[in-house]
Amino acid sequence: MKVRIKFAKSGVMVYIGHLDLLRYFQKSMRRAQIDIKYSEGFSPHQIMSFAAPLGVGVISNGEYMDVELNSSEGKASFIDSLNEVMVPGVKILNAVLLPDKAKNAMSSVAAASYRIVRKDGGKIPEEVISSADVFIGQNEIMITKETKKNVMELDIKPHIYQFGIDSEEISLKVDASSAGNIKPMLVVEALYRYAGVDFDPLDMQIIRDEMYMDIGEGDERELVSLDSIGEDF
Amino acid sequence: MQKTALSDKILLKVEKPARYIGNEINAVVKNKNEIDIRFALCFPDVYEIGMSHLGIQILYSLFNSYEDVWAERVYSPWVDLDKIMRDDNIPLFALESQEPVKNFDFLGFTLQYEMCYTNILQVLDLAGIPIRASDRSEDDPIVVGGGPCTYNPEPICEFFDFFYIGEGETGYREIFDLYKEHKAKKTTRKEFLKRISQIEGMYVPSLVEVTYNDDGTVKGFTDDEGKPVHIKKQVVREMDKAHYPEKPVVPFIKVTQDRVVLEIQRGCVRGCRFCQAGQLYRPVRERSVEHLEEMAIKLLNNTGHEEISLSSLSSSDFSGIEELVNFLIEECDKRHINISLPSLRIDNFSVDVMSKVQDIKKSSLTFAPEAGSQRMRNIINKGLTEEDILKGARLAFENGWTRVKLYFMLGLPGETVEDIEGIADIADKIAREFFDAVPKEERKNGPVQIVVSTSFFIPKPFTAFQWAPMNEAKDFLDKAYITRKAITSMLNQKRIKYNWHEADVSVIEGILARGDRKLNDLIETLYKKGCIYDAWGEYFDMDKWMSTMAELGIDPAFYTTRKRDLDEIFPWDFLDCGVSKDFLKREWERSLKGEVTPNCMLRCNGCGAVNMNGMYCPM
Repeated sequence: MKVRIKFAKSGVMVYIGHLDLLRYFQKSMRRAQIDIKYSEGFSPHQIMSFAAPLGVGVISNGEYMDVELNSSEGKASFIDSLNEVMVPGVKILNAVLLPDKAKNAMSSVAAASYRIVRKDGGKIPEEVISSADVFIGQNEIMITKETKKNVMELDIKPHIYQFGIDSEEISLKVDASSAGNIKPMLVVEALYRYAGVDFDPLDMQIIRDEMYMDIGEGDERELVSLDSIGEDF
Repeated sequence: MQKTALSDKILLKVEKPARYIGNEINAVVKNKNEIDIRFALCFPDVYEIGMSHLGIQILYSLFNSYEDVWAERVYSPWVDLDKIMRDDNIPLFALESQEPVKNFDFLGFTLQYEMCYTNILQVLDLAGIPIRASDRSEDDPIVVGGGPCTYNPEPICEFFDFFYIGEGETGYREIFDLYKEHKAKKTTRKEFLKRISQIEGMYVPSLVEVTYNDDGTVKGFTDDEGKPVHIKKQVVREMDKAHYPEKPVVPFIKVTQDRVVLEIQRGCVRGCRFCQAGQLYRPVRERSVEHLEEMAIKLLNNTGHEEISLSSLSSSDFSGIEELVNFLIEECDKRHINISLPSLRIDNFSVDVMSKVQDIKKSSLTFAPEAGSQRMRNIINKGLTEEDILKGARLAFENGWTRVKLYFMLGLPGETVEDIEGIADIADKIAREFFDAVPKEERKNGPVQIVVSTSFFIPKPFTAFQWAPMNEAKDFLDKAYITRKAITSMLNQKRIKYNWHEADVSVIEGILARGDRKLNDLIETLYKKGCIYDAWGEYFDMDKWMSTMAELGIDPAFYTTRKRDLDEIFPWDFLDCGVSKDFLKREWERSLKGEVTPNCMLRCNGCGAVNMNGMYCPM
């Protein structure tokens, strides 16, 4: 049985990188004595995959991973026994039984929503807020993206699905698919640059609130959270 | 947000912030208002090394089992954070509470290897605790050291308030009770340390005076009342009753020892004359198989680790090894847990077991003949013969193994060129054994691959070789060259790879291992010149060590190559690890004659540990 788990990551756990989080969950499955399925072969590993890695320093209320189980005593007991072995900063929020033919979390992800706030609790500068409407109204928003190999120009406008701003926070829903993933800080940097305001990314806290899959027909986008398919078990 | 001593900006800037945040599975957090004693346990090296150490986990669990004590962990900040803490004046903190170590009652260091000595000073200094015990005030934590290096604590004795000699499980409750009394009665630090010195195994350096002969050797030790000093180690009587951590802390990041460690026994019946651990942990004491099985299950359930490893100096000598291993194979198979079995002799049983628990294609056989000739192996009293090695190798080859690792030492007492060339010879014979045992058409895992590694022999206190002159760096490198040349002249040289250890750092380790109080100034000066992480090749600076010794008028040869008189008083002679100096002397003399001493299972050789603190050696 394929189960999708939704969890939150906060507190000091934001300093734990993706691979270490994977190790943490592998050990947690054993501590909680979850009857998880193992791969075949000489060094079997748990069948577990994450929707999308979360950057170090980022808080999330909407992380997902898929696991395969041999058996389960039901959703409530599954969530409780995992939460019992979590450390402060990781919390299991939901679990759903996936249809057998469901795509895995990683290939399902189409979008993610974020909030960006100031770490010191301060306000977003007035110049930035007042420039925002014109900034987001542009036909294209060009940024320079540095990859390992080269530097390239990229228009991020088509990948921004929602944008909001007030003095407390900037909120975004952006493309998170493997082909067009946009890091939220790229948008924020572009906005501050547009407004002509100096800015240190380390002053800002990113919060990922949700990850979505696209169940729309054809070109019509219809985003629903990754745990909205599947059923209770 | 949970509390962190370091700001978010710093944590996002440093390498592996998980080293500094605490919050791991099984980390113990107590309410500081409800406890009397705060103890910071430090392994003075980077987190990944320190977290792999069983001893700290034992003490952490034991101390936290006391309601009135809260033990926390602290490790050396890595060089990146070290610099930030100095620049920004951030005091060193313990992981659980994230609060400054300076506010603790005790700061305890485990001393596992000599090359961590400058890191002790790093930790003290970053914590804001005066480096020298004599400079500490009533408010500073009591600084205590334990672990194998305390069997010669003299080179670092001025940085410690006291040393705990022996096994940690037995003596701390008494120390804590004394400390609470000291706090309640508001006695002075000095009075408290005086009381401590009256407990067995406790060495308070400030209360011991060392006198020297004109040639720089030790003349004697006297206490503050002018009496001779004799300090006997603390020792666990029954292993099954000794505290064992059922819930060890599980790190987030990958550490060196990322597995459940099951200590099956303490001590070793083999009397290898170079081996310090083999003497320090005498007498041999086993845990019962029943107890170990129960512990294994609890530890696996409580940690979620995917691997379990047995720990002991010589696992094959454990009387219940087959029963225990068979139990673990069955349990671990069910749970998809890997088993790692270090220090097993290669025989029918271990080959059978290893073929069940290891991937033959990836794993290798390990032999530690330590010396290349039988003559030399007799001198060091390593019971392994060439026949044993070849028979074991053949058995493993017949079962599909192709990789062999061989460990040797260079610079052993009385070593000749022939002894060294014997290393190449034995490696070549193993290769021949492979080609003989495995016909061409059955070599599906490829041809044999042999890796020969040599380290340089360092004489250690409380071994038969404590009298032995050590080689100079140049001798070591010459010997490594002879080994390499001998290997390249062998028929199967293409199947043999050769690695050798750094010579410089071995020389320094040799100086510190048999050093005396005069070296405290050296360690402090080096630290002030910026030396830390000397155990790490990329930070060890030989030139600084040599030039500083020259500045301070310290002659390295006095500690390393000098021939020691049979009656010389050594800087560590006031300590008693159970094994008598007379026994070691006999062993040294037998080694010079190439005489083998049988292991303790065959005959008692009267080492002295038989009657350690009213406990009898089971052998």
